[in-house]
Amino acid sequence: MSYSSQVSFTINGESRVLDVDNRTTLLDALREHLHLTGTKKGCDHGQCGACTVIIDGRRVNSCLTLAVMHEGDAITTIEGLGKPGDLHPMQAAFVKHDGFQCGYCTPGQICSSVAVLEEIKANIPSHVTADLTAATTVTEVEIRERMSGNLCRCGAYSNIVEAIVEAAGTRA
Amino acid sequence: MRAFTYERAASVESAAKSAAANDKAKFIAGGTNLLDLMKLEIETPTHLIDVNGLGLDTIEPTSDGRLRIGAMVRNTDLASNETVRRDYGLLSRALVAGASGQLRNKATTAGNLLQRTRCPYFYDTNQPCNKRQPGSGCSALGGFSRQHAVLGSSEACIATYPGDMAIAMRALDAVVETVKPEGATRSIPIAEFHRLPGDTPQIETALEAGEIITAVTLPAPIGGQHIYRKVRDRASYAFALVSVAAVIQPDGSGRVAVGGVAHKPWRVEAAEAELPKGAKAAASILLADARPTDQNRFKVDLVERTLGAVLREARG
Ligand SMILES: Cc1cc2nc3c(=O)[nH]c(=O)nc-3n(C[C@H](O)[C@H](O)[C@H](O)COP(=O)(O)OP(=O)(O)OC[C@H]3O[C@@H](n4cnc5c(N)ncnc54)[C@H](O)[C@@H]3O)c2cc1C
Ligand code: SF4
Ligand code: FES
Ligand code: FES
Repeated sequence: MSYSSQVSFTINGESRVLDVDNRTTLLDALREHLHLTGTKKGCDHGQCGACTVIIDGRRVNSCLTLAVMHEGDAITTIEGLGKPGDLHPMQAAFVKHDGFQCGYCTPGQICSSVAVLEEIKANIPSHVTADLTAATTVTEVEIRERMSGNLCRCGAYSNIVEAIVEAAGTRA
Repeated sequence: MRAFTYERAASVESAAKSAAANDKAKFIAGGTNLLDLMKLEIETPTHLIDVNGLGLDTIEPTSDGRLRIGAMVRNTDLASNETVRRDYGLLSRALVAGASGQLRNKATTAGNLLQRTRCPYFYDTNQPCNKRQPGSGCSALGGFSRQHAVLGSSEACIATYPGDMAIAMRALDAVVETVKPEGATRSIPIAEFHRLPGDTPQIETALEAGEIITAVTLPAPIGGQHIYRKVRDRASYAFALVSVAAVIQPDGSGRVAVGGVAHKPWRVEAAEAELPKGAKAAASILLADARPTDQNRFKVDLVERTLGAVLREARG
């Protein structure tokens, strides 16, 4: 058996085939092999959320998963959510509400928050959900709890929450 | 990270066989604990067996009223399952109290059970640690021990089991189902699954070499109020200092398991008999054998107070 493998997946709608050292995390595959540098490396240990991407509709930390484990998966990064001139509503809301300062955590914050709104819609509970058997609703308290896996060293938290609340309203 | 070969297992049996054939092989599920430790070279497998594609990802009722949870069910899916929310709310609550949304989307039932301690010296490869390097000594004894165990610890190791899910499973009397390399199956009660450190803190569970977890089964629902209360240094995204998982019945009787205090979920059935008398009575039995360090003595009071808050919540 070999220390490297071939893996194919779809990134932002485009299929890609890669030969990678088995050790390559999805994060390093995105940044170093595919040059999609929007996804950021903060801690590389699952502690900060800067590397958050969306795989088959679910947000995950790309630093704690191996590229070779994603055969056949559909991966969306910040580059796939929207483009300059054609922003995703969440991207537009972050701009409008100044949901960032240095911007390093922002791609992760945006990928995470897009998925958070889907999670609430899908009635996935959180630590602050009062009644496990009732429908989950979009509240600031829910958003804060669900976004706790995304740290922002600049402390843009209150504007981030405002941006997400607005994006939730736009879509509703 | 050290180099390793990688295999997508084709069946449970072949995964177990492959693991038994190489003592440096490891299963990989969500990868959220294993890869973290591999990056730090605390875990150094030479072969990874990916067990994600084995169809172990369903939650199904059994014909005798139990609930069987596949080993690869993601924490998010387990917490969101309608039956779990209705009949085993404690488990949903414990799951969503742990890690982050992103991590819960990857973390699996089996991987969560097997997550390793968060003792800072275990993570620091420059420090002696009997769990990481048997025989090297325990840096936490006489070191920073605020997060460490107050019950069931040994001269070799005072680490805690850090997880939330297993604390709820202990209160619910879950059973861990496995397959051994030669094909035999086992049902391990959760009480016997995690071990106390003794003088072999590197051996953390009852699993044998190559043995693979296929499911966790919950006994038929027992009703009652399901409460999981986790006390930590920040409101979210942090491990427990102390956590209490409880099922309290209308007559005040119930079950209680405690996290953050020992090398395994801590439950003392004799303490439960005292629950109707209140937190003080129950905690005094639960914590009778506590041997805290100067830095984690606060956990003894914290367990009693957290249990008190749980009992108040149950009374409404
Ligand atoms: C920043 C951070 C914060 C966290 N906070 C919390 C928290 O607050 N509370 C909490 O409870 N947890 C927390 N966690 C831990 C998290 O819950 C675990 O990492 C996760 O549950 C592990 O599951 P996994 O599927 O990713 O396991 P993996 O990393 O894939 O595997 C873990 C272990 O299980 C073994 N294994 C996997 N599947 C099987 C199987 N079927 N049979 C036998 N062995 C198997 C692997 O070989 C490995 O040794 C946190 C983690 C991080 C990174
Ligand atoms: S408490 Fe256990 S894990 Fe921590 S340093 Fe001591 S032996 Fe290692
Ligand atoms: S870089 Fe992945 S969580 Fe920090
Ligand atoms: S904007 Fe700088 S870290 Fe969040």
